Amino acid sequence: MKNKTFAIGGVHPAERKMAKDAAIEVFPLPAKVAISMAQHLGAPASPVVAKGDKVKVGQVIGTPTGFVSGFVHSSVSGTVTAVEPRADLAGNKVMHVCIDVEGDEYAEGINLSGRVERDVKGTPEELIEKIKAAGVVGMGGATFPTHIKLAPPKDKKAEYLIINGCECEPYVTADDRLMREHPHEIVMGARVMAKALGVETVIIAVEENKPEAFAALTEATLRYIGFYVYKMKKKYPQGGEKQLIDAVTGRRVPSGGLPIDTGCVVQNVATAYAVYQAVQKDKPLIERVMTVTGDCLKERKNYLVRIGTPLSAILDSVGGLPDGAVKVISGGPMMGKAVANLEATTQKGSSCLLVLTAKQTARTPEQPCIRCGRCTQACPMGLEPWLMNRLGRAGDTDALEENKIYDCIECGCCQSTCPAHIPLLDIVRTSKADVMKIIRSRAKK
Amino acid sequence: MSRLIVSPSPHFQSPNTTRVLMNDVLIALAPATVVSLLFYGWNALLLLAVSVVSCILCEFVIEKYLRGRNIPSISATVITGVLLALNLPPAAPWWIALIGSIAAIGIAKMCFGGLGQNIFNPAIFGRVFLLVSFPVIMTNWAAPAGWLGVDAFSGATPLAQVNEGLRAGIPASQIIAENGLTGWQAFFGAAGGSVGEVSALALLIGFVYLLVRRVIKPHIPLTILATVALMTTIFWLISPDKFTGPVFNLLSGGLLLGAIFMATDYVTSPMTNWGMVIYGVLIGVLTVLIRYFGSYPEGVSFAILMANMAVPLINKYCKPKRFAA
Repeated sequence: MKNKTFAIGGVHPAERKMAKDAAIEVFPLPAKVAISMAQHLGAPASPVVAKGDKVKVGQVIGTPTGFVSGFVHSSVSGTVTAVEPRADLAGNKVMHVCIDVEGDEYAEGINLSGRVERDVKGTPEELIEKIKAAGVVGMGGATFPTHIKLAPPKDKKAEYLIINGCECEPYVTADDRLMREHPHEIVMGARVMAKALGVETVIIAVEENKPEAFAALTEATLRYIGFYVYKMKKKYPQGGEKQLIDAVTGRRVPSGGLPIDTGCVVQNVATAYAVYQAVQKDKPLIERVMTVTGDCLKERKNYLVRIGTPLSAILDSVGGLPDGAVKVISGGPMMGKAVANLEATTQKGSSCLLVLTAKQTARTPEQPCIRCGRCTQACPMGLEPWLMNRLGRAGDTDALEENKIYDCIECGCCQSTCPAHIPLLDIVRTSKADVMKIIRSRAKK
Repeated sequence: MSRLIVSPSPHFQSPNTTRVLMNDVLIALAPATVVSLLFYGWNALLLLAVSVVSCILCEFVIEKYLRGRNIPSISATVITGVLLALNLPPAAPWWIALIGSIAAIGIAKMCFGGLGQNIFNPAIFGRVFLLVSFPVIMTNWAAPAGWLGVDAFSGATPLAQVNEGLRAGIPASQIIAENGLTGWQAFFGAAGGSVGEVSALALLIGFVYLLVRRVIKPHIPLTILATVALMTTIFWLISPDKFTGPVFNLLSGGLLLGAIFMATDYVTSPMTNWGMVIYGVLIGVLTVLIRYFGSYPEGVSFAILMANMAVPLINKYCKPKRFAA
C-alpha cells in the first residue's frame, strides 16, 4: 500500500534530522527556573504562590482563569524568589514564577516508577478532570489545553483519535526519540484519551523517515484492538492538524470549522505521553523532551528538560552559542519563533531549540515576482500567496477576504519555495490580521 | 551578550533562486543553440550575439536611467535574447536582431514594468513584430553555409512548401512525397526554418532537462502537443489531400521550440495545473487553425501571443483547489 499523505500542496525541505541518533538524556536541574503563566493558548493562569513560599515538584503554582486556560505546576522544588512579568520565548511580557532550586523533592502522590501502568481506571469525566488538573496542553506547539479537545460539544461526536507522530519540521527529533524510547507510554496515553473521548479507533501517524518509531509503535499496539499505526509519506506540513486529518481519513475541516467537525481529534505523541504521566502516574506536566540542534553546534542532543529552564543553560551544555550563530529558534525552521533573549525559559510547547548561522537564515533582498506559481503549488490550503502578496500590499481587504486569506495556516511553504525571496508569509500574516479584525468587528454589529 | 536576529518564520529561503531557474533554462537551450550554430555557422552566431547584447543593453538603459535600478535578472534577459535569435531566419541581417531585441525588451517587457509584469512573451513579441514589419526578410529561408558543410535544405520551410502547394491545388500527400518531407527529417536536424527549429531532438533534450530539474511542469508543452496531434489526426483522416498529418505537424516549424521554451515562460503562462491545461489547449487549437486555414504557413507565435492575452482571465477563473471548499 502506498503511504498516505495530504492531497493539496506541501513541500519537501531538507530533513536535517541531525539529532535523531541522540538518545533522550535527562537535563541536569538548573539553579533557577522561571515558569511562565502563559504556556497554553487562551487566558494566562493566575499565580497562587508568593515570594518566599516553599514549593515542591508538581505543586500547583498557577490556576486557570477562564474556559480556555490551564493549570501550571512547579517543575522544581525550592523557594519562590519572585512573581513578576518577564519576557517569555516569544518576547511577550507575561507573569513568571521564579524559583531558586533546592533539592528535588516531589509533591505527594506522584508515582515515579518506570513501570508501564496498563490499567486505565476511572470514568471519562474523571480522566478528563485528571488531565486538566495536570496542566496538559498540546505539545506539538499550539499548546491548546488538552482537556477541552477531549470534551467536544454535545452535538459533535468523535469517531477517530489521531495521534500525531509526523514531526514534519526539519531538524526536530524530540517526538521521534520519544516514540522510539517510550512507545508503550504513548500507546497507553492514547488509550486514556480514547476512553475519555469514547472512540473505538485510534490511528497513530508516523512519517516514513522514522522507521524505528514506526516499528516500536507497531509492536506496542499489537495487543490493542482498534489501534492502527499508519506510515505516512514524508511531506511538510503533514503534522498540521487539518492536513493530518485529510491524510489519514480524507475528510476536510471546513473553512472556519474545528477538527471535531470531521469526527477527528488530533493529539501529538508528546501530549499522549504527558496524558499517560498525568493519569497513570499522577504526574503533572513539568518536563518535556526537547531537541537542541543546529549545524554549527558542537553537540546535538535530545533532552528531557524541566519546564522553566533558561535557554542559556541548555545552550551552555552543548558548548554555548558558537561563533557565527545569529539566530536561536524555539521550534523548527518552518514555524518556530526566533528568540531575542536567551534568559527566556522553556515552556510546555518548546519542542526544539535550533541554532542557525547568518548564512543559513539570510534574508536576501526581494526580487520581482516572476509568477512561477511555486507558492500556489506549495500552499496546502489551496490559496494563492502571490495574489495575497499583491492584494495585501495594496491593502485590498475585500479581495483578500474573497480569496480566503483567513484559511492560511502560516506553515511557511509559500515563502520557503519562492525563488524571488519575497517575504510572502510576512505580508500574508499582517494582511490576515487586518482581515480578521474586520471580520470580527462585523460580527459584533 | 551576542546579538540575535529576530524575524518571523520561515527561517530559510529557497536555494532555487530566480537566477538558478533562469540559468537552468539557458542550459536547456544550449543543445538547440549549439546544433543550430553547427548548421548555420557564422551568421547564426552573429544573430545570437547581437540579440543577446542588445537585449541586455536595452533593458539596462531603461532600468538604470528611467527607473534607477539594476537589471533584476540578467539571465532572464539573456533567455529572451537567445530565444529571439532562435526564432529568426538563419540568413537574416544583423540589424533585424537589433530591432527585434528593442521591440522585445523595450516594448513587450519594459513598457509593462519589467521582469514579471509583461503580458506577452517578449521574444515572441519581437519575432511577430519583425514578421509583420519585414515580411520579405523574415520569410527568406536561404540557408547560409554552416560549419558542418551541410546546405541541403535551403529554400522554403516544409510548412511553407505545403502551404504553397495546397494553394496551387496539389494534394498534401503529393507535396510531401515530392519534396521528401517525411517529418522525421526534422527530428535529427535537416529541416529549413528558423535558426532554432533545426533539430527537434536537441529541443527535446532541453525539455527533459527542464523537467528533471523541475524548472517547468510538463502540463503546458504536453497539452499543446497532444492538442495538435489530436486535431491534425482528425483533419487528416477526414481529408488526407487537404491536410497534413500529425507527425509532420508535430515535428515541423516552431511547434516544439514554442511549446517547450516560449509557452512555458513563467510570467506569461497560468499558475495552476488546470489553467496550464486550458492555456495549452488554446495554443494547440489556434496553431492548427492558423496552419490549416490562415494565410501564414506557421501559427505557433501568433497562437502563443493570443493565449498570453487570455492568461489573466485564466488565472482569475482557474483558482487552485481550495482545501475546504
